[in-house]
Amino acid sequence: MSIFVSDKCTGCGLCIKHCPFAAIELRDKKAFILDSCTLCGACVSICPVEAISISRKEESDNLGEYQDIWVFGELSDGEPVPVVYELIGEGRKLADKLNQKLGLILAGTNLSGLCKELIDYGVDKIYMIDKEELGVYNDEYYTQLVTELIRTYKPAVLLLGATAIGRSLGPRVAARVRTGLTADCTGLDIDPRSGDLLQTRPAFGGNIMATIVCKNHRPQMATVRPGVMKAAAKVSGYQGEIIQHDLDLSQVRLKSRVLETVKEIREGINLGEAEIIVAGGRGLGSKENFKILKELADTLGGTVAASRAAVDNGWIGQEYQVGQTGTTVAPRIYIACGISGAVQHIVGMKLSDIIIAINRDPEAPIFKYATYGLVGDLFEIIPIMIRKLKEGISLQEVGLR
Amino acid sequence: MNIIVCMKQVPDTNEVKIDKKTNTLMRQGVRSIINPYDLHAIEEALRLREKMGGKVTVISMGPLQVIESLKEAVSMGVDEVILLSDRAFAGADTLATSYTLSRAIDKIGNVDLILCGKQAIDGDTAQVGPGIAEHLDIAHVTYVEKIIDIDEKEITVKRLVDDGYQIIKAELPVLLTVLKEINEPRLPSIRGILRSREMDDIPVWTADDLDIDRNLIGLNGSPTQVISVDTPQLDVEARIFEGDYQTQVDCLLKALMEQKVL
Repeated sequence: MSIFVSDKCTGCGLCIKHCPFAAIELRDKKAFILDSCTLCGACVSICPVEAISISRKEESDNLGEYQDIWVFGELSDGEPVPVVYELIGEGRKLADKLNQKLGLILAGTNLSGLCKELIDYGVDKIYMIDKEELGVYNDEYYTQLVTELIRTYKPAVLLLGATAIGRSLGPRVAARVRTGLTADCTGLDIDPRSGDLLQTRPAFGGNIMATIVCKNHRPQMATVRPGVMKAAAKVSGYQGEIIQHDLDLSQVRLKSRVLETVKEIREGINLGEAEIIVAGGRGLGSKENFKILKELADTLGGTVAASRAAVDNGWIGQEYQVGQTGTTVAPRIYIACGISGAVQHIVGMKLSDIIIAINRDPEAPIFKYATYGLVGDLFEIIPIMIRKLKEGISLQEVGLR
Repeated sequence: MNIIVCMKQVPDTNEVKIDKKTNTLMRQGVRSIINPYDLHAIEEALRLREKMGGKVTVISMGPLQVIESLKEAVSMGVDEVILLSDRAFAGADTLATSYTLSRAIDKIGNVDLILCGKQAIDGDTAQVGPGIAEHLDIAHVTYVEKIIDIDEKEITVKRLVDDGYQIIKAELPVLLTVLKEINEPRLPSIRGILRSREMDDIPVWTADDLDIDRNLIGLNGSPTQVISVDTPQLDVEARIFEGDYQTQVDCLLKALMEQKVL
């Protein structure tokens, strides 16, 4: 066991309340750590008397050799995906804070035009690998190339978009170079003294926010959620250099091949821009019952959405999920139907102008966050709403005049 | 076909509520469940076994309470389960976890296919699957929506990407992480439940049972560390309508009209 409770413990019990894993008990008026502890550190940061500590082996060699902030330039059909510009914007800020350079990895075919274009977004160094075999993304070639660039040029930080490709490539590279990787970050900062990248991300199903560091390994790697960071602006005439790196791919024996790539526009929903959202949760009970929400949404000219519980139950697609791990929304009106109000959901919709909660359970936490609450059976209340809205509500009817 | 499924027991994070007064998580009564995505991985493994013969082994890393979830996997019909449990594994981040699991898979040996859920609903990292594949020096494919074709040597799958999909062919052994869309997991069978009840000697492997570098497991093998944890601050005041449903709806519509949002 490498977590310790010192004699300073006053038995206040604050850590017990804050432990996400129910792994602390009070024994002999002191905190006692149970075997279910995952060493997450929540208790260490909350303890008012600094009585709890987690010990770990600290080994770090030559971290100072690692300099600069790097961004992985993910391409789709030869064009950077939008998150690349966001990473460049964020990477620029971090690099300036450290007074270091911003680098970009660009791999594919016919890249010279693109390189010149991207420098104008404030990139100091582009590490370019131009090879026919790299035209279509492949985990094995790309793992090899990113690893080789890391070993040759030693960046302090490598940021990737938390896209399908970034989240496939990132863990593969991190495992090969044996460094830390933090998934799906929503906030980044850097400690200019230690050079530690402070990586913030939702954890525990989005119910808490954790800040994570990778003190003793380099590069510090993170995938960053698309759409969170501000995209870099174009700075015409920015001075950057292009470093062409030659890569011998013959040593990689491909074990997988992409036979076909198909672009597919999925059903167009953009929760982030919806003005009115009607969201359903566990209380809906089934896939079919989402029809009634759809009818209400259509009547109001809004969009249907869902809580994580409904998505996890397979009643509706993940693209409809509102919450910390889904989409963050801020519509004019948010109607939460049969949603109890887990923190991770609240966090994703609390910026809505008006929140209306419909729930059978008057004790449901959602009522604590709603602007208006209706207590009762949503399968009775919603049809009444639909009928009144369709009939056209007159001011008289609702007693305004 | 020798198939391994990597399973994680997770708290049912959908049930986590917050104590408004203390602004802390209320985790009383939060159940431990099989990570929902992993149920789809188990189901896919069972279907492949039904089609091609072979064996399905579910492995998991965690405290002894994970045995309950492993028994649930047995009741669904898997052949064998193995728990990796040791204080030395605690505090593992995704790198140390994937290394530890890869050592267990190496010990099992002669594996054709490794299946994982897309991600676990508590951490949502989706990093352990690809990490295992790298440690084993085999290929991996994430976000698999469908297995199109499989024989003893190769597999063809449909893999979702952000703006469409890819058809990928890989040689075995390979590691796949699967989406919910891949199948509908079965419920435990009566026979399975009976078998899981009779199973009282679930193998528990410790670090000593594995050919493992102790510097690469648990907290010491984890490059990342959590330095602070915050509960998001929430603060709003609600107005709860009273009366029958008609009245409540009228009050709501009135309020919305007063605010000129309707």
